[in-house]
Order: sequence, then C-alpha cells, then structure tokens
Amino acid sequence: MNDSPSLRTGFPLTFGLDTFGDVHSDENGTLKSHAQTIRNIVEQGVLADSVGIDFFGIGEHHTDDYPLSAGDLVLSAIAAQTRKIHLGSAVTVLSSDDPVRVFQRYSTLNALSSGRAEVILGRGSSIDSFPLFGYDLSDYEVLFEEKSELFAELLRGKPVTWTGTTRAALKDQDVVPHLEAEPFPTWIGVGGSPQSVVRAARHGYNLILAIIGGSPARFQPFSNLYLEALEHFERPAQPIGVHSMGHVAATDEQAQEEFWPRYLAVMKHVSKTRGFAIPTRESFKHEIGPHGSIYVGSPETVARKIAANLRVLHASRFQLKFGMTGLAHTAVMNNIELYGTKVIPLVREILGSES
Amino acid sequence: MTSPTSTITLPRIGILGAGHVGPAIGRVAIEAGYPVSIAGSGDPAKIALITQILVPGAKADWPAQVAAEADIVILAIPLHKFSTFDPSLVAGKVVVDLMNYWAPIDGTQQLFEDPRYGSSEIIQRHLSGSRVVKSFNHAGYHEIEAERRPAGSPDRLALGVAGDDREAVELVAALVENIGYDAVLLDSLHEGRILEPGGPVFGASLTKEQFAQVLTEKTAA
Ligand SMILES: NC(=O)c1ccc[n+]([C@@H]2O[C@H](COP(=O)([O-])OP(=O)(O)OC[C@H]3O[C@@H](n4cnc5c(N)ncnc54)[C@H](OP(=O)(O)O)[C@@H]3O)[C@@H](O)[C@H]2O)c1
Repeated sequence: MNDSPSLRTGFPLTFGLDTFGDVHSDENGTLKSHAQTIRNIVEQGVLADSVGIDFFGIGEHHTDDYPLSAGDLVLSAIAAQTRKIHLGSAVTVLSSDDPVRVFQRYSTLNALSSGRAEVILGRGSSIDSFPLFGYDLSDYEVLFEEKSELFAELLRGKPVTWTGTTRAALKDQDVVPHLEAEPFPTWIGVGGSPQSVVRAARHGYNLILAIIGGSPARFQPFSNLYLEALEHFERPAQPIGVHSMGHVAATDEQAQEEFWPRYLAVMKHVSKTRGFAIPTRESFKHEIGPHGSIYVGSPETVARKIAANLRVLHASRFQLKFGMTGLAHTAVMNNIELYGTKVIPLVREILGSES
Repeated sequence: MTSPTSTITLPRIGILGAGHVGPAIGRVAIEAGYPVSIAGSGDPAKIALITQILVPGAKADWPAQVAAEADIVILAIPLHKFSTFDPSLVAGKVVVDLMNYWAPIDGTQQLFEDPRYGSSEIIQRHLSGSRVVKSFNHAGYHEIEAERRPAGSPDRLALGVAGDDREAVELVAALVENIGYDAVLLDSLHEGRILEPGGPVFGASLTKEQFAQVLTEKTAA
C-alpha cells in the first residue's frame, strides 16, 4: 500500500492542469466574453509552462459557459509560445467526432510542438455535442467502441484498413501528417464505466480516472481492474492518471471563500439540468475533506490530498481541473502559480520520501 | 457492513447490467452476505474480469440464467435499452428498478413521456408478471459503498423503497437495511415518484429524519 506510485507502475510523476474553458470574471464580477476567455486560456497555458507544470488540457464543450469547442486551436497557440509543457484535450468527445480528423488535428499539434501533444478520449459524459453533430445519445456505447478502436489503429502510424457501422470504411488509407517518432500519448478518460477501463487496456491506451464526486479511494478497484486487464491482454504496463477539480490559494480559508460561491452557482445550474439536489455547505465541506473528491485549500492541504490519492490509486499523473466558472482572473492565475511552484514540489517531496 | 447474524440463507440477488451501477450494487450486496449473480447483455466471458475484480464472490452468467436463479432481480441497464428488454425473463420475480429517466441526460424517450406516471409505474406495466420495487435510484452509485453505516449510526443515510406489493417491498427493504442504509417505505410505485430526478430526494444525502421531513413538507404542500 505504501508503494510510491512510480514504484508500483514504473512511471515518473507528472502534473497537469485542465480547463473546460470556464468563463471568468473581472474584478467587478462581470463575466468576460468568449473571445476574451479564449485569449486568457492562452495566457494561462503559458504561465503553466513557466512555473513547471507538465501538462495543460482543454476539455471539449459546446455551451455558453464553456465555449471551448475547438480546443486544439487554442493548444497550438500555447504551443507556439512554450517549450516544455505537454498539451492535450481533456477530453475529446470521440463519440461525436471523426477519429481520422482527431488524429489529423493532434498529429498536427504534435508536429507544431515538437512532440508535446497528448489526447484524452472520452465517451461523452457531457452530452452537448451529440445533438449538435446529429448523433443519438442511445448510440454512445457503439460509437465509442468503434471509434476508439479506429483511433488505436491510426496511432500505429501505418496505412489503415477498417470497417464499422459508425463511419465510412477505410482501405489501406494513408492518414497525414505522419507521426515523426512515437505516437503521442493517448488516454481514455473514465468516469465509472468498467467497460471503458477494460477497453482502455484492450486498445493499449493510458487510463485517466475522472473523479468528480464521492470518495477517490473508491476508484482503487478500477485501477486494479486496469492493471489486471493490461496483463490479461498481454500489454506492457501503462500509466494511470487522476482528474479532479479544485482551487489553490494562500490559505485554506481564502481558497474556500473564493471557490465555494462559484462552485455553488455552477452546481445550481448543473443540478437543474441533471435533476439532482443542490449541494449544501455541509456536503461541500465533505467533498473538500480527505474523503471527498474536490481539492480546495492551501498548497499544503491540496498537496497532501493529491499525494494520498495518487498512492491509493496507483497513479502517476494528477490533473487539476482549475478555474471554476466565475472566479476572478487574478485568482485563477494565482492558483496556477501556486500549483506549479508550491503544490507540485510538495507532492514530489511527500511521495519521494516514501519510496 | 452488517454481517448476516443468522444462518438463514439470504435471497439470491441477480443483477442485470454490469456498467457503472450494477457492479457497485453487487459489491455491497455481497459484503452484506447475499449470494450475487451478474450479467451484461450477453456472454459472461465479456464481464469475467470486471466481476472478478469489482464484484469478488459474484457469479457472472448469461442474463437469462441470472434472472432465472434470482429471488430479487436488480435491473441496472440503460433505460433506452428497456424497450427491447424481454419481460418473460423476469416473470414471477421481484424486480428492483433503479433506473432513472431524465430527458436532458437520456434524450427524450416517448415511452416515459407520460406525466401521469412515474418511470417505475411504466416499467411495472411492461413487466406485468413481475413485482416491481423502486429503490437505489436516488443515491449516487459512486457513493453507495462509502456511505454505508451500521444500523443505529446517527449519520446513517436513508433510501426510499416504493412498491405496490408489500411483501416485495419488505424483501427489498431488508436488502437496503442489510447493506447499510435505513429503508424508508413508500406505499406505492405512484408514491415513488418523489424519488425521481428533479424531486427533493434525488442526489440529496438524507438521514431517515430528514427524509421524513421532506415527505411531510411534500404532503403539506
Ligand atoms: N442509482 C444510481 O446511482 C444510478 C446512477 C446512475 C444511473 N442509474 C441508472 O442505472 C441504469 C444503468 O446505468 P449505467 O450507467 O450502469 O449503464 P452502463 O454503464 O451503460 O451499463 C449498462 C449495462 O447494462 C448491460 N445491458 C444492456 N442491455 C442489457 C440486457 N438486455 N440485459 C442485461 N444487461 C444489459 C450492458 O451490457 P453490455 O455492455 O453487454 O451491453 C452494461 O453492462 C440507468 O438506467 C441509470 O438511469 C442509477
């Protein structure tokens, strides 16, 4: 149990930031435009690189409060201004996209960034893209299965022959631009579907556990399932990551004060569309505590929680979904800085000293 | 959480559906001492690994076999698959319906678009040879394991159990209690509508007292 994650799976620790393109506000609380939001995300990605963060991810959404429908374009702007940081989707809703196009876009990003592209594939828990592109939600399973299979073929970098029911067949098709060297790292994001965990292992994708509610330790059986399934399919070990939301500020009090009202506003909205009860201050306290899935607090608080959960989940990657909608731009930039300069070194120290 | 206190064998739980929800319920039922079988839509080989790791102790089998052997069938399939579900599989059984219909998430499904009836009443009408009980639908499957508490704990949460057949309701209530929750009995499937998405119980973690409070407010309103 007290194996450090890198010991258990042999992968180095890496740390990322994820955004859904949340619209932020100025100092007076006025929400910024979509255009300004997009320009700010470039600024955030550049800052993330400069404070030593390993990965910056943009989640595909198509709504007024999350206007990042073409995240790969934003990533390429960040790529042009950075050197080290890896850039990827978090997630790409593959079910309602064309795997060939996704490969082409990220292979292009990979070229532009000299090998820093990554892709996280999702089945689509955020469902806005289905009606937009004319897909039926009841088909999500077959769409994702077929398309993740085709994407794995494309990543081999050879001409592709494929037939299925969800897109035109391909025969010996050369898909460009070609990969320069290794295929870019590709992950499947899983919210609790065991089929998706097994699918990730079967196709040889890395695994990201999206933990957005309840106890993170509950996902340990999913990590075990993934590791077992890799063995079952006779595949080499592959890394496991964790994606959860949070906010870091100088002190616990400040982080909570900044985050809670924004979180409540967003959850009120989500509750209405999903039909569930609005969280209370009490349930929020639980979620930010050791048995909850939200990482809000001082660098110390957040680092301890990240370290504990990476250990339990045999994970070597952590991705913090930062910048809750409506937070002030300055608070968001401060979060990025603290995550890079304080949280990450602390997690490394905690886990390093255990190995 | 609660260990079976006597030697009486508990009813066999047959879970149809090995997705997000099915294994989560199977896991806690096994820990409560129930024998459990589980099926996906077809060949058990497809869910062998999932069963072995997520529901250790359960038996993976074909859906017809799981249903036939079960005393309580838990229907944990996506609602959009229900229209093609064969009712004869579960004829004569107590069936727990934990499925939810919420158009913004599931897409509009005509079958469930009748405002006069709750989704479980519509399920009951289709499964006319079964005794349907609505339960577990309003709790997050991702919290069902962590939120269990022994009977009498002040923070033990409650789950609603609604049905038209008293005996079936009591069987399911016992399952709820043995897993680690207080069962709040509702007199009919029609009453069970209060457990649906958009209602005051859905996604709210309530103790028995808080649950009772919600029911009183609802009746008063
Ligand atoms: N109480 C809760 O916490 C909660 C939470 C969320 C959802 N729900 C409800 O639970 C239900 C299941 O959701 P989910 O997220 O678990 O779905 P899911 O992850 O998509 O899994 C569905 C499972 O059902 C199986 N299946 C489909 N048709 C079947 C059939 N005719 N017979 C036997 N198995 C069949 C599938 O098998 P294959 O893979 O072989 O097709 C798969 O294992 C939904 O109706 C949902 O509303 C309850």
